[in-house]
Amino acid sequence: MDNLELKKHANDVRKGVVTSTHAAKSGHPGGSLSAADVFTYLYFEEMNIDPANPEKKDRDRFVLSKGHTAPGLYSALANRGFFPVEDLTTLRKTGSYLQGHPNMHIPGVDMASGSLGQGISAAVGMALGSKLGEDDFRVYTLLGDGEIQEGQVWEAAMFAGHRKLDNLCVIVDNNGLQIDGAIDEVCSPYPIDKKFEAFNFHVINADAHDFDALRAAFAEAKATKGQPTAIVVHSVKGKGVSFMENKAGWHGKAPNDEEYAQAMAELDKIAEEIAKEGK
Amino acid sequence: MADVKKIATRESYGNALKDLAEEFPNLVVLDADLAEATKTGIFKKAYPDRHIDCGIAECNMMGIAAGLSLAGKIPFCSSFAMFAAGRAFEQVRNSIGYPHLNVKIGATHAGISVGEDGASHQCNEDLALMRTIPGMVVMCPSDDIEAKAAVRAALEYEGPVYIRFGRAAVPVINDKPDYKFEIGKGTVVREGTDVTIVATGICVDSAIGAAEKLAADGINAEVINICTIKPLDKDIIINSAKKTGKVVTVEEHSVIGGLGSAVCDALAESLPTPVKKIGMQDVFGQSGPANELIALYGLDAQGVYSSVKEFLA
Repeated sequence: MDNLELKKHANDVRKGVVTSTHAAKSGHPGGSLSAADVFTYLYFEEMNIDPANPEKKDRDRFVLSKGHTAPGLYSALANRGFFPVEDLTTLRKTGSYLQGHPNMHIPGVDMASGSLGQGISAAVGMALGSKLGEDDFRVYTLLGDGEIQEGQVWEAAMFAGHRKLDNLCVIVDNNGLQIDGAIDEVCSPYPIDKKFEAFNFHVINADAHDFDALRAAFAEAKATKGQPTAIVVHSVKGKGVSFMENKAGWHGKAPNDEEYAQAMAELDKIAEEIAKEGK
Repeated sequence: MADVKKIATRESYGNALKDLAEEFPNLVVLDADLAEATKTGIFKKAYPDRHIDCGIAECNMMGIAAGLSLAGKIPFCSSFAMFAAGRAFEQVRNSIGYPHLNVKIGATHAGISVGEDGASHQCNEDLALMRTIPGMVVMCPSDDIEAKAAVRAALEYEGPVYIRFGRAAVPVINDKPDYKFEIGKGTVVREGTDVTIVATGICVDSAIGAAEKLAADGINAEVINICTIKPLDKDIIINSAKKTGKVVTVEEHSVIGGLGSAVCDALAESLPTPVKKIGMQDVFGQSGPANELIALYGLDAQGVYSSVKEFLA
């Protein structure tokens, strides 16, 4: 898939994030938008998956360790065909299968998550399971840069490095902001790359919003043998919606009607630009 | 009555894992640097490639087990009860319980019979913690035979299971020809009419001893062994309470949240009955030889006997 198509899908994923959190009147748009291009690249290009057969045994696995950005994951899954895009407006509503954080009843979701620091351990277990079993699959997990303040992340990293799980790809969404503010002011996890290197990971830094950079990074991860890979993607929280960009306040707040209209107008404009680019 | 053979249920656990490895080819065993103490080392020796030491990182171990189960394995993960149910509670709840994964937790060194290590390592809260997780099966076997049967039943069952094992050697009490194990079923080990003693784990032996002493005083106690704390065999307890009208619970666990509470819940809803709960009375344990501590906290046959006498007086 070329970059233009990926950009188009990513823009649709962003629209789904804005639409679903607006409908829910709650949820986490900031980190969903910063990771929208990564979600898109994984589900439209990188992973061996089949929306018609979400449980197929040899599929690549994805664990959203930063589970609060479920709106981003759900939008990617819906746009990829795992379930109807229209269902995104049921997010967080009583009786909806689209729970506030991922659970096992959502087509395409491989692991429940949301309690920070736990998803990466499950991903590591899956990667080990692939090595011990007959099915040869890769495992991807996306963590927040605030999330890596959780000690369990480093327990999991130590184990993955020790076991040389080269079928594991950890992605850290480095958007620089957490609920209480800038991550380096709250409790700095920097340097993120050197920490993973110290845990025997192959580490790649990449621009989270550049599909050439993501393509190169994931190819390098796949080609890396004998150790797991961590890709630190440098992103903009709220990317794509001007008034949400780089604002910690949009971590866990939904757009009101006016903000929704503005956000969708901006994303429509981006869609027009992508369409022009394609001609 | 059984012979005097004594085996710690943690030893039974390690042996059962090894014995069942061929029959359950997807079984893998995880430990957190305690393989010698939890006795998963017995399995490790026979099946080194299927034993995964996670290092001293119990929370991560629970997550690894979750991931392994999602890759088709049946993980049995082990640590001391304090760390498996205590330290890693939220991981068990959110990474195993909520997604209802096929993960088994074999927690050893539960209760005060840990002995000399003292209160920091004596987990008297694990049954309470594990009971609160929706869909979690919680078992506490009383001897070698029941411990092995519980491990097999856990492997045959699809879903999360917590089994509590002890450090100290305990007598074999279930070596009866008609012994049959089923998750969720209690056993009447002694029939009686005057009082019901419901016990779990190593306290079943104390309850049997107490019943013998009570018999000498002309009190005919019924003794029920509850291995599965959840789902609880409510019928066996209610039917006995109908007959005796008085119930005593005995557990090597806090009287808050464990067997005693489960029995009270069942009786309060169906057949309000006076209950005396024997266990750790909202206190921490201390260092000392296991048998001395069991006696000190009133969990041996003499202690149970005295409490029942007081209750009936």
